[in-house]
Amino acid sequence: MEIDYKKVVSKDVTDLGLFKDSDVVIKTEDLYVSYRDKLAIDRINLEFYKGYITAIIGPSGCGKSTLLRSLNRMNDLIQGAKVGGKVYFNGVDIYSKEIDPVFIRSRIGMVFQRPNPFPFSVFENVAFGLRVNGFKLTKEELRARVKDSLEKAALWDEVKDRLDAHAYSLSGGQQQRLCIARAIAIEPEVILLDEPTVSLDPLSTAKIEELLRSIKNDYTIILVTHNMLQAARVSDITAVMMPDENMVGRIIEYGATSEIFTKPKDKRTEDYISGRIG
Amino acid sequence: MGDTLLRAPTDRRYRLKKIWDRWVPFILSLGLFFAILTVVALLFTVVTTGFHRISWNLILNYPSANPYEAGMRSAILGSIFTVGLSALICIPLSIATAIYLIEYAKGRRFSEVLSYNIANLAGVPSIVFGVVGLGFLVYGLGLGRSVISGAFTLSVLILPLVTITCVEALRTVPDDLRFGAYALGATTLQVVSKIVLPRSLPMMLTGGILGISRALGEAAPILVISGLIFIREDPVSLFSKFTVMPLQLYNWISRPQAAFIELSSAGIIVLLLILLALNSAAIASRQWLMKRVI
Ligand SMILES: Nc1ncnc2c1ncn2[C@@H]1O[C@H](COP(=O)(O)OP(=O)(O)OP(=O)(O)O)[C@@H](O)[C@H]1O
Ligand SMILES: [Mg+2]
Repeated sequence: MEIDYKKVVSKDVTDLGLFKDSDVVIKTEDLYVSYRDKLAIDRINLEFYKGYITAIIGPSGCGKSTLLRSLNRMNDLIQGAKVGGKVYFNGVDIYSKEIDPVFIRSRIGMVFQRPNPFPFSVFENVAFGLRVNGFKLTKEELRARVKDSLEKAALWDEVKDRLDAHAYSLSGGQQQRLCIARAIAIEPEVILLDEPTVSLDPLSTAKIEELLRSIKNDYTIILVTHNMLQAARVSDITAVMMPDENMVGRIIEYGATSEIFTKPKDKRTEDYISGRIG
Repeated sequence: MGDTLLRAPTDRRYRLKKIWDRWVPFILSLGLFFAILTVVALLFTVVTTGFHRISWNLILNYPSANPYEAGMRSAILGSIFTVGLSALICIPLSIATAIYLIEYAKGRRFSEVLSYNIANLAGVPSIVFGVVGLGFLVYGLGLGRSVISGAFTLSVLILPLVTITCVEALRTVPDDLRFGAYALGATTLQVVSKIVLPRSLPMMLTGGILGISRALGEAAPILVISGLIFIREDPVSLFSKFTVMPLQLYNWISRPQAAFIELSSAGIIVLLLILLALNSAAIASRQWLMKRVI
Protein backbone atom coordinates (compact mmCIF):
# COMPACT_ATOMS: atom_id res chain seq x y z
CA MET A 1 0.00 0.00 0.00
CA GLU A 2 1.78 3.10 -1.23
CA ILE A 3 1.15 6.30 0.67
CA ASP A 4 0.31 9.30 -1.45
CA TYR A 5 2.65 11.88 0.01
CA LYS A 6 1.40 14.51 -2.47
CA LYS A 7 -1.67 14.96 -0.33
CA VAL A 8 0.18 15.56 2.92
CA VAL A 9 3.38 17.45 2.12
CA SER A 10 3.62 21.12 2.98
CA LYS A 11 4.12 23.45 0.02
CA ASP A 12 5.76 26.25 2.04
CA VAL A 13 9.12 25.56 0.44
CA THR A 14 9.57 24.51 -3.12
CA ASP A 15 13.17 25.40 -3.90
CA LEU A 16 16.07 25.83 -1.47
CA GLY A 17 17.69 28.14 -4.01
CA LEU A 18 15.23 30.83 -2.97
CA PHE A 19 16.76 31.14 0.48
CA LYS A 20 19.13 34.02 1.16
CA ASP A 21 22.27 33.92 3.31
CA SER A 22 20.43 35.89 5.97
CA ASP A 23 17.93 33.08 6.42
CA VAL A 24 20.62 30.59 7.39
CA VAL A 25 20.75 30.04 11.13
CA ILE A 26 22.87 26.90 11.28
CA LYS A 27 25.26 25.75 8.62
CA THR A 28 27.56 22.75 8.71
CA GLU A 29 30.70 22.40 6.64
CA ASP A 30 32.28 18.99 6.15
CA LEU A 31 31.08 18.05 9.60
CA TYR A 32 32.15 14.64 10.85
CA VAL A 33 31.84 12.84 14.16
CA SER A 34 33.72 9.80 15.34
CA TYR A 35 33.30 7.64 18.41
CA ARG A 36 36.63 6.28 19.68
CA ASP A 37 38.17 6.77 16.25
CA LYS A 38 35.34 5.05 14.41
CA LEU A 39 33.72 7.47 12.02
CA ALA A 40 29.94 7.68 12.58
CA ILE A 41 28.95 10.51 10.24
CA ASP A 42 31.03 12.27 7.61
CA ARG A 43 30.97 15.18 5.17
CA ILE A 44 27.73 16.67 6.38
CA ASN A 45 27.00 19.93 4.55
CA LEU A 46 23.61 21.31 5.47
CA GLU A 47 21.88 24.63 6.04
CA PHE A 48 18.98 25.19 8.38
CA TYR A 49 16.69 28.15 7.83
CA LYS A 50 14.84 30.47 10.17
CA GLY A 51 11.12 29.88 10.36
CA TYR A 52 11.22 26.46 8.76
CA ILE A 53 11.17 22.90 9.95
CA THR A 54 13.86 20.62 8.60
CA ALA A 55 13.38 16.87 8.98
CA ILE A 56 16.28 14.47 9.13
CA ILE A 57 15.22 10.98 8.14
CA GLY A 58 17.12 7.76 7.68
CA PRO A 59 17.44 4.20 8.90
CA SER A 60 18.30 3.35 12.48
CA GLY A 61 21.95 3.77 13.38
CA CYS A 62 22.82 6.01 10.41
CA GLY A 63 23.82 8.85 12.74
CA LYS A 64 20.81 11.15 13.00
CA SER A 65 21.12 11.60 16.75
CA THR A 66 24.86 12.04 16.38
CA LEU A 67 24.32 14.81 13.85
CA LEU A 68 21.75 16.52 16.04
CA ARG A 69 23.96 16.43 19.11
CA SER A 70 26.83 17.98 17.24
CA LEU A 71 24.70 21.05 16.47
CA ASN A 72 24.42 22.14 20.12
CA ARG A 73 27.61 20.63 21.49
CA MET A 74 25.83 17.88 23.39
CA ASN A 75 28.44 15.53 21.91
CA ASP A 76 30.92 17.18 24.28
CA LEU A 77 29.19 15.22 27.03
CA ILE A 78 29.53 11.86 25.32
CA GLN A 79 32.62 9.88 26.10
CA GLY A 80 34.82 9.15 23.14
CA ALA A 81 32.94 11.44 20.75
CA LYS A 82 35.05 13.71 18.56
CA VAL A 83 33.62 16.36 16.28
CA GLY A 84 35.45 17.79 13.26
CA GLY A 85 34.63 20.18 10.46
CA LYS A 86 32.58 23.31 11.10
CA VAL A 87 29.22 24.18 12.54
CA TYR A 88 28.24 27.83 12.17
CA PHE A 89 25.48 29.30 14.29
CA ASN A 90 24.56 32.76 12.98
CA GLY A 91 27.92 32.78 11.26
CA VAL A 92 29.94 31.92 14.36
CA ASP A 93 31.84 28.64 14.56
CA ILE A 94 30.42 27.02 17.69
CA TYR A 95 33.45 24.77 18.10
CA SER A 96 35.97 27.61 18.22
CA LYS A 97 37.89 28.04 21.46
CA GLU A 98 36.20 31.25 22.63
CA ILE A 99 32.72 29.75 22.51
CA ASP A 100 31.19 28.48 25.74
CA PRO A 101 29.17 25.33 25.05
CA VAL A 102 26.82 26.27 27.90
CA PHE A 103 25.84 29.42 26.03
CA ILE A 104 25.33 27.49 22.78
CA ARG A 105 22.99 25.05 24.53
CA SER A 106 20.91 27.87 25.95
CA ARG A 107 20.41 29.25 22.43
CA ILE A 108 19.89 25.87 20.76
CA GLY A 109 17.40 23.83 22.75
CA MET A 110 16.90 20.11 22.54
CA VAL A 111 14.04 17.69 23.10
CA PHE A 112 14.88 14.04 23.53
CA GLN A 113 13.42 10.79 22.33
CA ARG A 114 12.17 9.72 25.75
CA PRO A 115 10.37 12.41 27.76
CA ASN A 116 12.77 13.40 30.55
CA PRO A 117 11.04 15.89 32.82
CA PHE A 118 12.90 16.75 36.00
CA PRO A 119 11.62 15.31 39.27
CA PHE A 120 10.00 18.65 40.16
CA SER A 121 6.57 20.17 39.79
CA VAL A 122 5.22 21.10 36.37
CA PHE A 123 5.88 24.77 37.12
CA GLU A 124 9.45 24.21 38.28
CA ASN A 125 10.20 22.15 35.20
CA VAL A 126 9.41 25.09 32.96
CA ALA A 127 11.07 27.57 35.31
CA PHE A 128 14.28 25.52 35.52
CA GLY A 129 15.85 26.90 32.35
CA LEU A 130 14.96 30.45 33.34
CA ARG A 131 16.56 29.98 36.73
CA VAL A 132 19.79 28.38 35.58
CA ASN A 133 20.24 30.96 32.85
CA GLY A 134 19.95 33.77 35.36
CA PHE A 135 16.88 35.44 33.89
CA LYS A 136 16.04 38.33 36.20
CA LEU A 137 12.28 37.98 36.47
CA THR A 138 9.80 39.02 39.11
CA LYS A 139 7.38 36.42 40.41
CA GLU A 140 4.66 37.68 38.08
CA GLU A 141 6.96 37.74 35.06
CA LEU A 142 8.09 34.22 35.84
CA ARG A 143 4.48 33.04 36.09
CA ALA A 144 3.62 34.78 32.84
CA ARG A 145 6.59 33.22 31.08
CA VAL A 146 5.74 29.75 32.34
CA LYS A 147 2.13 30.17 31.25
CA ASP A 148 3.16 31.45 27.84
CA SER A 149 5.52 28.53 27.29
CA LEU A 150 2.92 25.99 28.34
CA GLU A 151 0.39 27.63 26.04
CA LYS A 152 2.77 27.47 23.10
CA ALA A 153 3.41 23.81 23.89
CA ALA A 154 -0.37 23.22 23.83
CA LEU A 155 -0.29 21.97 27.41
CA TRP A 156 -1.67 24.90 29.39
CA ASP A 157 -5.31 23.84 29.34
CA GLU A 158 -4.43 20.41 30.65
CA VAL A 159 -2.18 21.52 33.51
CA LYS A 160 -3.35 24.99 34.48
CA ASP A 161 -5.05 23.64 37.60
CA ARG A 162 -2.12 21.52 38.69
CA LEU A 163 1.05 23.48 38.10
CA ASP A 164 2.28 22.25 41.48
CA ALA A 165 1.67 18.60 40.64
CA HIS A 166 4.71 16.42 40.16
CA ALA A 167 5.77 16.20 36.53
CA TYR A 168 5.81 12.41 36.75
CA SER A 169 2.06 12.44 37.32
CA LEU A 170 1.55 13.60 33.71
CA SER A 171 0.98 11.19 30.85
CA GLY A 172 3.86 10.42 28.47
CA GLY A 173 2.51 12.77 25.82
CA GLN A 174 1.99 15.54 28.35
CA GLN A 175 5.49 14.99 29.70
CA GLN A 176 6.93 15.38 26.22
CA ARG A 177 5.00 18.60 25.66
CA LEU A 178 6.28 19.74 29.05
CA CYS A 179 9.80 19.12 27.79
CA ILE A 180 9.02 21.22 24.73
CA ALA A 181 7.58 23.97 26.95
CA ARG A 182 10.71 23.81 29.07
CA ALA A 183 12.87 24.26 25.98
CA ILE A 184 10.73 27.11 24.62
CA ALA A 185 10.73 28.99 27.94
CA ILE A 186 14.29 30.25 27.56
CA GLU A 187 13.51 31.48 24.05
CA PRO A 188 16.11 29.61 22.07
CA GLU A 189 16.58 30.35 18.38
CA VAL A 190 16.79 26.73 17.40
CA ILE A 191 14.96 23.67 18.70
CA LEU A 192 16.41 20.25 18.01
CA LEU A 193 13.99 17.35 18.41
CA ASP A 194 15.26 13.79 18.39
CA GLU A 195 12.36 11.49 17.53
CA PRO A 196 10.12 13.30 20.00
CA THR A 197 7.05 11.18 19.35
CA VAL A 198 8.33 7.59 19.12
CA SER A 199 7.20 6.75 22.63
CA LEU A 200 3.80 8.40 22.23
CA ASP A 201 0.33 7.39 21.10
CA PRO A 202 -1.14 8.76 17.82
CA LEU A 203 -3.22 11.43 19.57
CA SER A 204 -0.27 12.84 21.50
CA THR A 205 1.80 12.62 18.34
CA ALA A 206 -0.77 14.62 16.40
CA LYS A 207 -0.77 17.25 19.16
CA ILE A 208 2.97 17.64 19.03
CA GLU A 209 3.02 17.82 15.23
CA GLU A 210 0.37 20.51 15.34
CA LEU A 211 2.27 22.39 18.01
CA LEU A 212 5.48 22.31 15.96
CA ARG A 213 3.68 23.78 12.94
CA SER A 214 2.13 26.45 15.13
CA ILE A 215 5.42 27.72 16.57
CA LYS A 216 7.66 27.22 13.57
CA ASN A 217 7.67 30.82 12.40
CA ASP A 218 9.55 31.97 15.49
CA TYR A 219 12.20 29.28 15.46
CA THR A 220 14.48 27.14 13.42
CA ILE A 221 13.30 23.60 14.04
CA ILE A 222 15.25 20.46 13.24
CA LEU A 223 13.29 17.27 13.62
CA VAL A 224 14.77 13.79 13.54
CA THR A 225 12.11 11.22 12.83
CA HIS A 226 11.65 7.63 11.79
CA ASN A 227 8.13 8.29 10.74
CA MET A 228 8.00 9.13 7.03
CA LEU A 229 4.48 10.41 7.22
CA GLN A 230 5.47 12.71 10.07
CA ALA A 231 8.39 14.10 8.09
CA ALA A 232 6.10 14.67 5.13
CA ARG A 233 3.35 16.28 7.19
CA VAL A 234 5.44 18.46 9.43
CA SER A 235 8.64 19.48 7.69
CA ASP A 236 9.34 21.99 4.97
CA ILE A 237 12.79 20.72 4.13
CA THR A 238 14.09 17.18 4.37
CA ALA A 239 17.57 15.72 4.63
CA VAL A 240 17.88 12.00 3.97
CA MET A 241 20.71 10.19 5.71
CA MET A 242 22.05 6.75 4.84
CA PRO A 243 25.04 4.73 5.94
CA ASP A 244 27.62 4.18 3.21
CA GLU A 245 29.45 0.88 2.66
CA ASN A 246 31.60 1.53 5.78
CA MET A 247 28.51 2.25 7.87
CA VAL A 248 29.36 5.94 7.97
CA GLY A 249 26.28 8.16 7.84
CA ARG A 250 26.05 10.53 4.87
CA ILE A 251 23.44 12.91 3.55
CA ILE A 252 22.28 11.38 0.28
CA GLU A 253 19.59 13.84 -0.56
CA TYR A 254 18.57 17.24 0.71
CA GLY A 255 15.82 19.51 -0.52
CA ALA A 256 12.26 20.74 -0.21
CA THR A 257 10.07 18.15 1.46
CA SER A 258 7.54 18.48 -1.34
CA GLU A 259 10.26 17.51 -3.83
CA ILE A 260 11.89 14.72 -1.81
CA PHE A 261 8.66 12.94 -1.09
CA THR A 262 7.10 13.27 -4.52
CA LYS A 263 10.08 13.28 -6.88
CA PRO A 264 13.06 11.74 -5.07
CA LYS A 265 16.21 11.90 -7.17
CA ASP A 266 18.07 9.12 -5.41
CA LYS A 267 16.84 5.58 -5.83
CA ARG A 268 17.68 4.81 -2.16
CA THR A 269 15.48 7.71 -1.02
CA GLU A 270 12.64 6.41 -3.11
CA ASP A 271 13.02 2.92 -1.63
CA TYR A 272 13.32 4.30 1.86
CA ILE A 273 10.29 6.57 1.86
CA SER A 274 8.14 3.95 0.22
CA GLY A 275 9.08 1.57 3.03
CA ARG A 276 11.06 -0.89 0.92
CA ILE A 277 14.24 -0.42 3.03
CA GLY A 278 14.98 0.79 6.51
CA MET B 1 5.04 -26.86 17.70
CA GLY B 2 2.13 -28.39 19.54
CA ASP B 3 4.04 -31.63 19.47
CA THR B 4 7.08 -30.22 21.30
CA LEU B 5 4.85 -28.50 23.80
CA LEU B 6 3.25 -31.81 24.70
CA ARG B 7 6.55 -33.61 24.93
CA ALA B 8 8.36 -30.96 26.96
CA PRO B 9 7.16 -31.90 30.48
CA THR B 10 8.39 -35.47 30.12
CA ASP B 11 11.78 -34.44 28.79
CA ARG B 12 14.55 -35.45 31.22
CA ARG B 13 16.43 -32.16 31.02
CA TYR B 14 13.24 -30.26 31.55
CA ARG B 15 12.41 -32.27 34.66
CA LEU B 16 15.90 -31.77 36.06
CA LYS B 17 15.54 -28.03 35.52
CA LYS B 18 12.25 -28.04 37.37
CA ILE B 19 13.80 -29.80 40.36
CA TRP B 20 16.77 -27.46 40.29
CA ASP B 21 14.44 -24.46 40.17
CA ARG B 22 12.71 -25.63 43.31
CA TRP B 23 15.91 -26.29 45.28
CA VAL B 24 17.99 -23.24 44.40
CA PRO B 25 15.98 -20.79 46.54
CA PHE B 26 16.11 -23.29 49.39
CA ILE B 27 19.90 -23.61 49.22
CA LEU B 28 20.28 -19.84 48.99
CA SER B 29 18.01 -19.21 51.94
CA LEU B 30 20.11 -21.69 53.94
CA GLY B 31 22.94 -19.13 53.83
CA LEU B 32 20.63 -16.45 55.12
CA PHE B 33 19.43 -18.81 57.82
CA PHE B 34 22.96 -19.39 59.12
CA ALA B 35 23.70 -15.68 59.11
CA ILE B 36 20.59 -14.96 61.15
CA LEU B 37 21.35 -17.89 63.46
CA THR B 38 24.82 -16.51 64.22
CA VAL B 39 23.48 -13.05 64.97
CA VAL B 40 20.76 -14.44 67.22
CA ALA B 41 23.26 -16.65 69.09
CA LEU B 42 25.59 -13.71 69.60
CA LEU B 43 22.83 -11.44 70.80
CA PHE B 44 21.53 -14.14 73.10
CA THR B 45 24.92 -14.67 74.76
CA VAL B 46 25.58 -10.99 75.14
CA VAL B 47 22.15 -10.19 76.53
CA THR B 48 22.07 -13.09 78.98
CA THR B 49 25.52 -12.30 80.36
CA GLY B 50 25.38 -8.54 80.32
CA PHE B 51 21.86 -7.23 80.47
CA HIS B 52 21.63 -7.07 84.28
CA ARG B 53 24.85 -5.02 84.37
CA ILE B 54 23.51 -2.13 82.31
CA SER B 55 23.35 0.88 84.60
CA TRP B 56 24.02 4.60 84.74
CA ASN B 57 27.37 3.74 86.31
CA LEU B 58 28.39 2.02 83.10
CA ILE B 59 27.71 5.15 81.11
CA LEU B 60 28.64 7.90 83.53
CA ASN B 61 31.63 6.51 85.45
CA TYR B 62 35.28 6.47 84.56
CA PRO B 63 36.97 3.07 84.35
CA SER B 64 37.98 1.60 87.67
CA ALA B 65 39.61 -1.49 89.15
CA ASN B 66 36.31 -2.24 90.87
CA PRO B 67 34.05 -3.89 88.29
CA TYR B 68 30.90 -2.69 90.09
CA GLU B 69 31.92 0.94 89.80
CA ALA B 70 33.72 0.84 86.49
CA GLY B 71 32.13 2.68 83.56
CA MET B 72 33.11 3.68 80.06
CA ARG B 73 32.38 7.37 80.12
CA SER B 74 35.76 8.33 78.66
CA ALA B 75 35.44 5.66 75.97
CA ILE B 76 31.90 6.70 74.95
CA LEU B 77 32.96 10.35 74.73
CA GLY B 78 36.15 9.36 72.91
CA SER B 79 34.17 7.34 70.37
CA ILE B 80 31.63 10.12 69.81
CA PHE B 81 34.38 12.72 69.37
CA THR B 82 36.67 10.78 67.07
CA VAL B 83 33.97 9.11 65.00
CA GLY B 84 31.89 12.29 64.76
CA LEU B 85 34.91 14.28 63.69
CA SER B 86 35.96 11.63 61.21
CA ALA B 87 32.45 11.72 59.69
CA LEU B 88 32.69 15.51 59.38
CA ILE B 89 36.00 15.13 57.56
CA CYS B 90 35.16 12.07 55.52
CA ILE B 91 31.62 12.60 54.25
CA PRO B 92 32.12 15.96 52.49
CA LEU B 93 35.42 14.71 51.11
CA SER B 94 33.81 11.52 49.79
CA ILE B 95 30.93 13.40 48.20
CA ALA B 96 33.34 15.83 46.58
CA THR B 97 35.55 13.00 45.31
CA ALA B 98 32.57 11.12 43.91
CA ILE B 99 31.23 14.23 42.18
CA TYR B 100 34.62 14.89 40.66
CA LEU B 101 34.95 11.31 39.44
CA ILE B 102 31.47 10.98 37.96
CA GLU B 103 30.41 14.48 36.95
CA TYR B 104 33.66 16.18 35.99
CA ALA B 105 36.33 13.64 35.08
CA LYS B 106 34.22 10.73 33.85
CA GLY B 107 36.00 8.62 31.28
CA ARG B 108 39.33 10.35 31.75
CA ARG B 109 42.31 8.13 32.45
CA PHE B 110 43.09 9.91 35.68
CA SER B 111 39.59 9.29 36.97
CA GLU B 112 39.78 5.60 36.12
CA VAL B 113 43.14 5.20 37.87
CA LEU B 114 41.77 7.03 40.88
CA SER B 115 38.60 4.89 41.09
CA TYR B 116 40.70 1.77 40.85
CA ASN B 117 42.94 2.87 43.69
CA ILE B 118 40.02 3.84 45.90
CA ALA B 119 38.59 0.37 45.43
CA ASN B 120 41.98 -1.12 46.38
CA LEU B 121 42.20 1.09 49.44
CA ALA B 122 38.94 -0.41 50.68
CA GLY B 123 40.67 -3.76 50.97
CA VAL B 124 43.64 -2.61 53.06
CA PRO B 125 43.60 -4.09 56.60
CA SER B 126 42.66 -1.45 59.13
CA ILE B 127 45.79 -1.91 61.26
CA VAL B 128 47.79 -0.55 58.32
CA PHE B 129 45.88 2.72 58.56
CA GLY B 130 46.72 2.80 62.25
CA VAL B 131 50.42 2.32 61.63
CA VAL B 132 50.46 4.95 58.87
CA GLY B 133 48.53 7.32 61.16
CA LEU B 134 51.02 6.72 63.94
CA GLY B 135 54.00 7.48 61.73
CA PHE B 136 52.50 10.36 59.76
CA LEU B 137 50.05 12.11 62.09
CA VAL B 138 51.24 11.28 65.60
CA TYR B 139 54.98 11.63 65.03
CA GLY B 140 55.44 13.13 61.56
CA LEU B 141 53.05 16.06 61.98
CA GLY B 142 53.46 16.03 65.74
CA LEU B 143 49.72 15.83 66.41
CA GLY B 144 50.39 13.38 69.22
CA ARG B 145 48.21 10.50 70.38
CA SER B 146 45.21 12.78 70.22
CA VAL B 147 41.56 12.85 69.20
CA ILE B 148 42.47 14.62 65.98
CA SER B 149 45.01 11.94 65.00
CA GLY B 150 42.40 9.27 65.68
CA ALA B 151 39.74 11.15 63.72
CA PHE B 152 41.99 11.62 60.68
CA THR B 153 43.00 7.98 60.76
CA LEU B 154 39.39 6.81 60.96
CA SER B 155 38.30 9.17 58.22
CA VAL B 156 40.94 7.83 55.85
CA LEU B 157 39.95 4.33 56.86
CA ILE B 158 36.29 4.79 55.92
CA LEU B 159 36.93 7.13 52.99
CA PRO B 160 37.02 4.36 50.33
CA LEU B 161 33.83 2.74 51.57
CA VAL B 162 31.93 6.01 51.73
CA THR B 163 33.32 7.28 48.42
CA ILE B 164 32.35 4.08 46.63
CA THR B 165 28.79 4.38 47.96
CA CYS B 166 28.65 8.02 46.86
CA VAL B 167 29.85 7.05 43.39
CA GLU B 168 27.15 4.38 43.23
CA ALA B 169 24.61 6.95 44.39
CA LEU B 170 25.57 9.28 41.52
CA ARG B 171 25.36 6.40 39.07
CA THR B 172 21.72 5.82 40.01
CA VAL B 173 20.78 9.23 38.61
CA PRO B 174 19.70 8.63 34.99
CA ASP B 175 21.77 10.40 32.34
CA ASP B 176 18.51 11.49 30.71
CA LEU B 177 18.07 14.01 33.52
CA ARG B 178 21.63 15.30 33.21
CA PHE B 179 21.30 15.71 29.43
CA GLY B 180 17.94 17.43 29.87
CA ALA B 181 19.50 19.99 32.16
CA TYR B 182 22.62 20.48 30.06
CA ALA B 183 20.44 20.99 26.99
CA LEU B 184 18.83 23.95 28.75
CA GLY B 185 22.18 25.65 29.20
CA ALA B 186 22.90 24.52 32.74
CA THR B 187 26.51 24.43 33.88
CA THR B 188 27.97 21.29 35.41
CA LEU B 189 27.78 22.90 38.84
CA GLN B 190 24.07 23.62 38.31
CA VAL B 191 23.39 20.14 37.01
CA VAL B 192 25.10 18.69 40.08
CA SER B 193 23.52 20.96 42.65
CA LYS B 194 19.98 21.12 41.25
CA ILE B 195 19.48 17.73 39.62
CA VAL B 196 22.04 15.16 40.64
CA LEU B 197 22.71 15.85 44.32
CA PRO B 198 19.10 16.07 45.50
CA ARG B 199 18.45 12.67 43.93
CA SER B 200 21.55 10.96 45.25
CA LEU B 201 21.84 12.52 48.69
CA PRO B 202 19.68 9.91 50.46
CA MET B 203 21.88 7.10 49.24
CA MET B 204 25.03 9.06 50.05
CA LEU B 205 23.73 9.48 53.56
CA THR B 206 23.37 5.73 53.84
CA GLY B 207 26.99 5.41 52.77
CA GLY B 208 28.04 7.90 55.41
CA ILE B 209 26.22 5.98 58.13
CA LEU B 210 27.77 2.74 56.92
CA GLY B 211 31.16 4.37 57.29
CA ILE B 212 30.36 5.73 60.74
CA SER B 213 29.17 2.30 61.88
CA ARG B 214 32.40 0.78 60.64
CA ALA B 215 34.50 3.45 62.38
CA LEU B 216 32.61 2.96 65.64
CA GLY B 217 33.56 -0.70 65.69
CA GLU B 218 37.26 -0.30 64.84
CA ALA B 219 39.68 -1.19 67.63
CA ALA B 220 43.00 -2.03 66.00
CA PRO B 221 43.98 1.29 64.39
CA ILE B 222 42.88 3.25 67.45
CA LEU B 223 44.91 1.01 69.70
CA VAL B 224 47.97 1.91 67.65
CA ILE B 225 47.14 5.62 67.62
CA SER B 226 45.96 6.21 71.17
CA GLY B 227 48.04 3.52 72.85
CA LEU B 228 45.84 3.99 75.90
CA ILE B 229 42.99 1.97 77.21
CA PHE B 230 42.66 3.12 80.77
CA ILE B 231 41.76 6.81 80.81
CA ARG B 232 40.09 8.60 83.69
CA GLU B 233 39.42 11.92 82.04
CA ASP B 234 37.13 13.29 79.32
CA PRO B 235 38.51 14.27 75.94
CA VAL B 236 38.02 18.04 76.00
CA SER B 237 39.94 19.26 72.97
CA LEU B 238 41.20 18.05 69.61
CA PHE B 239 44.53 17.34 71.25
CA SER B 240 43.25 15.41 74.28
CA LYS B 241 44.32 11.84 74.75
CA PHE B 242 41.45 9.45 74.28
CA THR B 243 40.19 5.92 74.07
CA VAL B 244 37.16 4.37 72.34
CA MET B 245 34.46 1.88 73.23
CA PRO B 246 35.86 -1.20 71.44
CA LEU B 247 39.17 -0.72 73.26
CA GLN B 248 37.46 -0.40 76.64
CA LEU B 249 35.47 -3.56 75.92
CA TYR B 250 38.61 -5.36 74.85
CA ASN B 251 40.26 -4.35 78.11
CA TRP B 252 37.40 -5.68 80.20
CA ILE B 253 37.11 -8.93 78.27
CA SER B 254 40.79 -9.64 78.80
CA ARG B 255 40.48 -9.39 82.60
CA PRO B 256 40.15 -12.57 84.69
CA GLN B 257 37.20 -11.47 86.88
CA ALA B 258 33.77 -12.69 85.74
CA ALA B 259 32.26 -9.36 86.77
CA PHE B 260 34.34 -7.58 84.10
CA ILE B 261 33.28 -10.09 81.47
CA GLU B 262 29.67 -9.31 82.32
CA LEU B 263 30.45 -5.62 82.19
CA SER B 264 31.93 -5.98 78.72
CA SER B 265 28.73 -7.69 77.55
CA ALA B 266 26.74 -4.79 78.94
CA GLY B 267 29.11 -2.43 77.10
CA ILE B 268 28.55 -4.34 73.87
CA ILE B 269 24.80 -3.85 74.29
CA VAL B 270 25.35 -0.10 74.68
CA LEU B 271 27.54 -0.05 71.56
CA LEU B 272 24.92 -2.01 69.62
CA LEU B 273 22.20 0.35 70.77
CA ILE B 274 24.20 3.33 69.58
CA LEU B 275 24.69 1.62 66.19
CA LEU B 276 21.00 0.82 66.02
CA ALA B 277 20.09 4.41 66.82
CA LEU B 278 22.47 5.65 64.12
CA ASN B 279 21.07 3.30 61.52
CA SER B 280 17.49 4.17 62.37
CA ALA B 281 18.36 7.84 62.12
CA ALA B 282 19.85 7.18 58.70
CA ILE B 283 16.83 5.29 57.48
CA ALA B 284 14.46 7.93 58.84
CA SER B 285 16.34 10.81 57.26
CA ARG B 286 16.62 8.92 53.99
CA GLN B 287 12.86 8.38 53.88
CA TRP B 288 12.33 12.01 54.73
CA LEU B 289 14.73 13.19 52.01
CA MET B 290 13.25 10.82 49.42
CA LYS B 291 9.79 12.17 50.01
CA ARG B 292 11.01 15.67 49.31
CA VAL B 293 13.04 15.06 46.16
CA ILE B 294 11.43 12.27 44.20
N1 LIG C 1 27.87 7.07 22.70
C1 LIG C 1 28.28 6.35 21.64
N2 LIG C 1 29.45 5.67 21.69
C2 LIG C 1 29.87 4.95 20.64
N3 LIG C 1 29.22 4.85 19.49
C3 LIG C 1 28.04 5.48 19.36
C4 LIG C 1 27.52 6.28 20.44
N4 LIG C 1 26.34 6.81 20.04
C5 LIG C 1 26.15 6.36 18.80
N5 LIG C 1 27.16 5.58 18.38
C6 LIG C 1 27.28 4.92 17.07
O1 LIG C 1 27.15 5.88 16.06
C7 LIG C 1 26.31 5.42 15.03
C8 LIG C 1 25.16 6.39 14.84
O2 LIG C 1 24.33 6.35 16.00
P1 LIG C 1 23.11 7.33 16.20
O3 LIG C 1 22.57 7.08 17.54
O4 LIG C 1 23.53 8.70 15.87
O5 LIG C 1 22.11 6.78 15.09
P2 LIG C 1 20.59 7.19 14.83
O6 LIG C 1 20.46 7.46 13.38
O7 LIG C 1 20.16 8.25 15.76
O8 LIG C 1 19.84 5.82 15.18
P3 LIG C 1 18.35 5.65 15.74
O9 LIG C 1 17.45 5.99 14.63
O10 LIG C 1 18.30 4.22 16.10
O11 LIG C 1 18.21 6.56 16.91
C9 LIG C 1 25.87 4.03 15.41
O12 LIG C 1 26.67 3.10 14.71
C10 LIG C 1 26.14 3.95 16.88
O13 LIG C 1 26.55 2.64 17.22
MG1 LIG D 1 18.77 8.32 17.43
